[in-house]
Amino acid sequence: MPELLAILLSAMITDNFVLSKFMGICPFLGVSKKFDSAIGMGIAVIFVMVCSTLATWPFYTFILVPLGLEYLNNIGFILIIALFVQLIEIMLKKLVPPLYKALGVFLPLITTNCAVLGVCTLNINIGLTLTESLINSLGAGIGFTIALVVFSGVRGRIEHSDIPETFKGVPSTLIAAAIVSMSFLGFSGMI
Amino acid sequence: MSKNTETAKKESVNYSHEFLKGLLKENPTLVGLLGMCPTLAVTTMAENGIGMGLATTFVLVCSNLVISLLKNVIPKAVRLPCFIVIIAGFVTFVSFILKGFLPSLYDALGLYLALITVNCIILGRAEAFASKNGPVASVLDGLGMGLGFTAALFIMGAVREIMGLGTILGFEIPLFHSMTIFILPAGGFFTLGIIIALVNKIANKKPPQELGCHGCPNAKNCSGACAQSKEGGEN
Repeated sequence: MPELLAILLSAMITDNFVLSKFMGICPFLGVSKKFDSAIGMGIAVIFVMVCSTLATWPFYTFILVPLGLEYLNNIGFILIIALFVQLIEIMLKKLVPPLYKALGVFLPLITTNCAVLGVCTLNINIGLTLTESLINSLGAGIGFTIALVVFSGVRGRIEHSDIPETFKGVPSTLIAAAIVSMSFLGFSGMI
Repeated sequence: MSKNTETAKKESVNYSHEFLKGLLKENPTLVGLLGMCPTLAVTTMAENGIGMGLATTFVLVCSNLVISLLKNVIPKAVRLPCFIVIIAGFVTFVSFILKGFLPSLYDALGLYLALITVNCIILGRAEAFASKNGPVASVLDGLGMGLGFTAALFIMGAVREIMGLGTILGFEIPLFHSMTIFILPAGGFFTLGIIIALVNKIANKKPPQELGCHGCPNAKNCSGACAQSKEGGEN
């Protein structure tokens, strides 16, 4: 149990996927303009990460390893993720329309989000068990959401400040991301 | 006869344009703002930047070639999954080669090597260029874009290595005090922000206001998902 908690916390904070592993930078900078869309995107990512881990881990362990086809993991994983995103979209549309309305627009974006493929591959590379993998994915998803939400607050402030012409837009956003990332550095060594 | 040479000349001009546009004018990283994840992640050293850039270039050239050859065979409705599988195949190939011949680079790039699959430069070029143009133009386009990406990664890596480690390509710079922050993640964001601002200043153009899918030049091609989310975001 303590190990699981350590995995969860380190995936959430110290090894934050966005701010220290640089995965999912595109949505981090693209969808963090508003608090609502940041939350929506975050929850959709948590959902897809956990579901695709639930699919890719058994796929790797019970199909690829016995057949000696470990090298196919990259191709297999990306197909599974694409399939899952589509499946989740259809299911949500049919079963939970309000949730679909909130998350629907973010789901197709997630297929090419490198954080999802990253967490699935990472779970296999560092040899976690299924439970640990799920916890790691959950933590990574929550960490992604935290980063997005924190950053949406920061960006709200930037919009109203006076920035030199050359730095307006993307450069100032990146420098703000550097400062947020620096503050997360304070957590390193905690676990 | 003269007509033939004229067309040939016109085509060769076009080809050199396809190659050169990726290097500066439409540089995928510094102007197009695509492929941010590897740009930030692997550029702690100039050497890793070059390695990552060349690996991506190889995948981009091969996938552009194959996709432009298969463009009439692949059904429109399932083209994106097909492209992704072709790209993932070449990524697997590259990781085998690096593992065999350059194990130190393989270890340095680690997980990010597998993540070339989801680099939006590659899928973007496949969708926006290779699926509409012939094989020669597609290869040149891939080569130009890939080398532009490599150049951007090398600049990032060189700046961060000099500032963060006080070395360049492994050679120590005497009498230089390094600041570790530059090889930490925060330094990556900071360096990229400064470099993009500098590029804007030199190019004397208005800095891009949007990033990610919203500002992505391939947004319309990318399964329409991005355009959809933009509407959703604005509502």
